[in-house]
Amino acid sequence: MKPTETDSTAVDWRGDSTSSSDVTRRERLKESYETRVRTPALVAWSDWRTRFGLLIIAGYILMALVAVLGLWREPSTSQAPRLLGPFVDMSYPLGTTQSGVDLMALIIHSTPTFLILITAGAVWATLIAVIIGTVAGYKGGSVDRGLMSFSDLVMAIPGLPLVIILAVTLNPENPVVLGVIINISYWAGLGRSLRSQVLTIRENNYVEASRTMGISTPRIILKDIIPNLMPYITVNFVFAARYVMFASVGLYFLGVLPYSTQNWGVTLNFAYSNGALFSWQAAHWILAPMIAIMGLSLGLILLGQGLDRVFNPRVRTRMAGESKSTAGEGDDDTVTEVF
Amino acid sequence: MVNYYVRRTARVLVTIFLVASLTFGLVRLLPGGPFTLLRAQLLRQGVPADEVDARIANLQNIRPDEPLWMQYIDYMTALVQGNLGESISLGEPVVSVLAKAAPWTVFVVLVSTILVFVVGIFLGSLQAYWEGSRFDQLVTGVSISMMSLPFYVVAVLLLYVFAYQFGWLPTAGTISNSVDRSLSVPFVVSALKHSILPIVSYTLGAAGGQALAMRGNSIQVLGNDYVQVARLRGLSDRRIATRYVARNAILPLYTGFLLLLGFRLGGTVILEQIFSYTGLGYYMITALNANDYPLMMGTFLVITVALVIGVYIADLTYSRIDPRISAGESDEAY
Repeated sequence: MKPTETDSTAVDWRGDSTSSSDVTRRERLKESYETRVRTPALVAWSDWRTRFGLLIIAGYILMALVAVLGLWREPSTSQAPRLLGPFVDMSYPLGTTQSGVDLMALIIHSTPTFLILITAGAVWATLIAVIIGTVAGYKGGSVDRGLMSFSDLVMAIPGLPLVIILAVTLNPENPVVLGVIINISYWAGLGRSLRSQVLTIRENNYVEASRTMGISTPRIILKDIIPNLMPYITVNFVFAARYVMFASVGLYFLGVLPYSTQNWGVTLNFAYSNGALFSWQAAHWILAPMIAIMGLSLGLILLGQGLDRVFNPRVRTRMAGESKSTAGEGDDDTVTEVF
Repeated sequence: MVNYYVRRTARVLVTIFLVASLTFGLVRLLPGGPFTLLRAQLLRQGVPADEVDARIANLQNIRPDEPLWMQYIDYMTALVQGNLGESISLGEPVVSVLAKAAPWTVFVVLVSTILVFVVGIFLGSLQAYWEGSRFDQLVTGVSISMMSLPFYVVAVLLLYVFAYQFGWLPTAGTISNSVDRSLSVPFVVSALKHSILPIVSYTLGAAGGQALAMRGNSIQVLGNDYVQVARLRGLSDRRIATRYVARNAILPLYTGFLLLLGFRLGGTVILEQIFSYTGLGYYMITALNANDYPLMMGTFLVITVALVIGVYIADLTYSRIDPRISAGESDEAY
């Protein structure tokens, strides 16, 4: 793909009008959309991990919709017999807790909050990382040194203890605020690795061309640098999301975070501290939230792994036909064609 | 080279200084101020106001009636002298509480992190070597499912099975009460027994992730030209595997090690609570629930310092392994 790109640019540079270079630019953008967005998406879908991961996440979104639209009853105490086993009474499919709360309702009604929380945290972490990483990498010099010293400092503060102190100090109940607090320092590591990638990207010819043409720095970063990083950013978005979920459920489990309604972590905490570990009758009480957590994180991990497999140059080169494992799979020819 | 070490050491000191300042600021932000509650309590008990102020000053090395900058200087001077104030709930100097707690946390985090790396690198390289085989698929599957289990869920499950159901391992604590706290065989055995579950539950998921990362790295390295050349030169498989592939595949993981260390040190807050393992994280939550701010901030500071020093050591050794590090600074500015 590389040689064709250079060829066409070379031809256009010899052309007489300046507008033709504009066209190449647009064409190049279109082509970069093709190679960087559309085809990877197709390849990603061809990988079973991505497909499975997306399906699981879609399932959770569906659950959130059920909760928002009120298609399942709200959880409340003594709405059902106490400690009913799962699948005993089909109107309470997952059974009930010690105080007679429908577990299914608990699980379903905490999904929307968690999805908001996870998205907020992941968006925050990746957004800050992208800004810091690209600016530091592209500008270099003292800006780079300043930003990197700052992110080194942030990296030196252990995440969870800081989150706990902030949670106690600010007492956030809004899921968006909470998501941001949990990932308050997550961006540092990601920003650093993005920066080192920008260091190589900024040496590319087309970046230099944009610079000589006097295009502003923010525009270059937005149009020339970030599209190259998109795959990496997407994968890390998923991992950041998974981290928010693990951390938030863990902190709810500890009873550190404030809550107004029960959610997966709080349910886990109640079940654990009420001795659900010791009797079989209560086992479902602790297992149900565990399975809910596991399912979503499995979805996120599969999606992350699938995307990583597609975007990661080292795995991708193997997919170009050298790999024995991919050669064995049916969709090998699509892959070779694309890359 | 010397310059790099000097700069790196200076950064450690600056970081610790800044984090100490941060804790000073955060203490002020905490709900109800640092000691409003305690102060009201003591005053109600009929303790004279002067004495109350003196007691509080003793607790956190802060005199509430002084201007802010004086408080700050007092606080920092006390820190430099190794004085973290006194724990309200335990009635002991914070330093002595943490000095007892820190070794346990460091032990668990270090052992489990090393295990994560050893197991991850071992499995990952085997997977890459037999890429696409039944073994590879199996380990990938297991790794992914282990990764999707948060460590605290694993911890709760292991605790249930091995401690409560079978009773093979203790359910709580760092060593059993009957054992003397001195270096002897029963002490070591008891300490190991108590630490098995925390370490294992903290290792499993992370090791899976590490194996997947190592697999990816090794596959990439295996495709490199110099490995082909090494093969053509007729070098033995063992030599290629250890000298050419393993080294270059492990190198990128080492940088991740630094980040991992930070996350894992912080994660002990949850881990130690489940096993009632009296390390730093355990005391942090205890302090939090008891509104014991000096102990909470002291723990936070000590965890941070431990992390900063850990990263410092790893950084210095890394620059020995990979000479590019000490040279790599981008000086061109656009």
